[in-house]
Amino acid sequence: MADEIKMLKVTIDNITIEVPQGTTILQAARQIGGEVAPPAMCYYTKLKGSGGKCRTCLVEVSKGSEADPRPMPKLVASCRTGVMDGMEVKNITSGKVTDARNGVVEFLLLNHPLDCPVCDQAGECHLQDLSYSHGKEGTRYEFKRRTFEKHDLGPYIQLHMTRCILCYRCVFVADQVTGKRVHGVLSRGDHAEIATHIEKSLDNDFIGNVIDVCPVGALTDKTFRFKNRVWFTKPVDAHRDCPNCKGKVTLWQRGDEVLRVTGRKDQWGEVEDWICNTCRFEKKHVNDWVIEGPTKIDRHSVISQGHYTGLDKPKETFSAVHGGRAPKLLMDIHSVSEVNRPGIALSEIQGPATSDTFNIDKQA
Amino acid sequence: MQPLTNRVKVLEPKPLNLMERLYLPNILKGMMITFRHIFQKKATIQYPEQKRPFSSVFRGLHVLNRDEEGRERCTACGLCAVACPAEAITMEAAERKKGEEHLYREEKYAARYEINMLRCIFCGLCEEACPKDAIYLSETFAPANFTRKSFIYGKPDLLIPDPKEAPDDFARAKGQIEERKENTRKNLTA
Repeated sequence: MADEIKMLKVTIDNITIEVPQGTTILQAARQIGGEVAPPAMCYYTKLKGSGGKCRTCLVEVSKGSEADPRPMPKLVASCRTGVMDGMEVKNITSGKVTDARNGVVEFLLLNHPLDCPVCDQAGECHLQDLSYSHGKEGTRYEFKRRTFEKHDLGPYIQLHMTRCILCYRCVFVADQVTGKRVHGVLSRGDHAEIATHIEKSLDNDFIGNVIDVCPVGALTDKTFRFKNRVWFTKPVDAHRDCPNCKGKVTLWQRGDEVLRVTGRKDQWGEVEDWICNTCRFEKKHVNDWVIEGPTKIDRHSVISQGHYTGLDKPKETFSAVHGGRAPKLLMDIHSVSEVNRPGIALSEIQGPATSDTFNIDKQA
Repeated sequence: MQPLTNRVKVLEPKPLNLMERLYLPNILKGMMITFRHIFQKKATIQYPEQKRPFSSVFRGLHVLNRDEEGRERCTACGLCAVACPAEAITMEAAERKKGEEHLYREEKYAARYEINMLRCIFCGLCEEACPKDAIYLSETFAPANFTRKSFIYGKPDLLIPDPKEAPDDFARAKGQIEERKENTRKNLTA
């Protein structure tokens, strides 16, 4: 009876919404949705304790609350600041916020190698989106970007420490989802890096989720490494009867080949359900899955360039019109082309393709 | 019939006079014009012995570029393929192994790279999209051929000669590309 949740009124960018007590500004803004929601690189709804590190979600609080209407002296991280009754928040309507966010993006990109043409995350990378919306074209940084010794994290997960922005999401995943964490952030300051203490492989059954939570391309799927660009694959929702997890995933297909399996992500880029390693890395065959339909992709994303709206394959209409006569093929592309040859299944190769893969194929 | 406008002029053909009825003076006049052109500068050239210089914005056959050490610049990022309006470009990427550093510039490279010249419209969007300066359109025509098969250009057809092994061929293939890029840059900043 006494636990009745108090509803607080908060105004974000002149839009007023009522949210229960304990809601953060970011959550309230996400309830409004659209442009009003500040971007977040480190905050993750499903990870307790996440947020407050990347500073991209900074907002201006122009009125603290109804009881104390003074504005907050500095910009605050919206992911960690609770809503007060009568609070007025400025996000995109505040020049200070845009300015600060531009600065934050510049800081995040200080050490970022910008190897997007090589990176598998390109096209679905939050840092890429953020820097396109807030970043500057040039860099003012004149020093050498930090580099690291390469750490091997086992057969499934590829670590590119140079791309990392130290959001700690993967650490929280290991703590809260797998229960047994073997990796963490070692060293301090500029030397801080994600690693296991003395080369260990990450092999917990749910550790693959660190790939999904990584906002940049620091942790990527080794079984998908360099297989294709994200925007050339076809995302479809699928599920399977999995004893470990819910088995609800997004398949990234090329033709009928399943090149990659990820968790389903919502509009904020957060996974709906954690999925297990078996689903993510082992089930790379269409027959393992029950396909539901194409994943909804935001039309501003480069991934939507494939325009997948249905699952029906286009049919050959020629023979139906011409009384069963098949069309005369002037050239079978596979007789000349070396790309996408029918005999090769990239999904069956464990890691990335190398010159060996292609040479062996040439001899055969 | 009612004329649509009042601008119509009705012409009465005049009867030919004696000079005109002779025809010969006018024929000679025409012959004189033809004869004069023999001594004038010719508008045509003797292709293929002679060739015209290409325009600085000419977009010809594609070339896959190498860097000054002879390593392939392409990292198979797929931006040319996604930019291509004719969907002529396909590729397959591979990871660079140890010992292949002298062949490929980055850790990922295009193991296969194909342009279907039957589809290509030579718009140059691939060159514009390339972040690695790896593909550009050169000052060559796509040669004619009798078979469709010969128009699927793979990496052996597209790669520029190695600047270390054959610097002359490399320079020839590259043509005025640097100059052109410089001009584009100037135009963009101006």
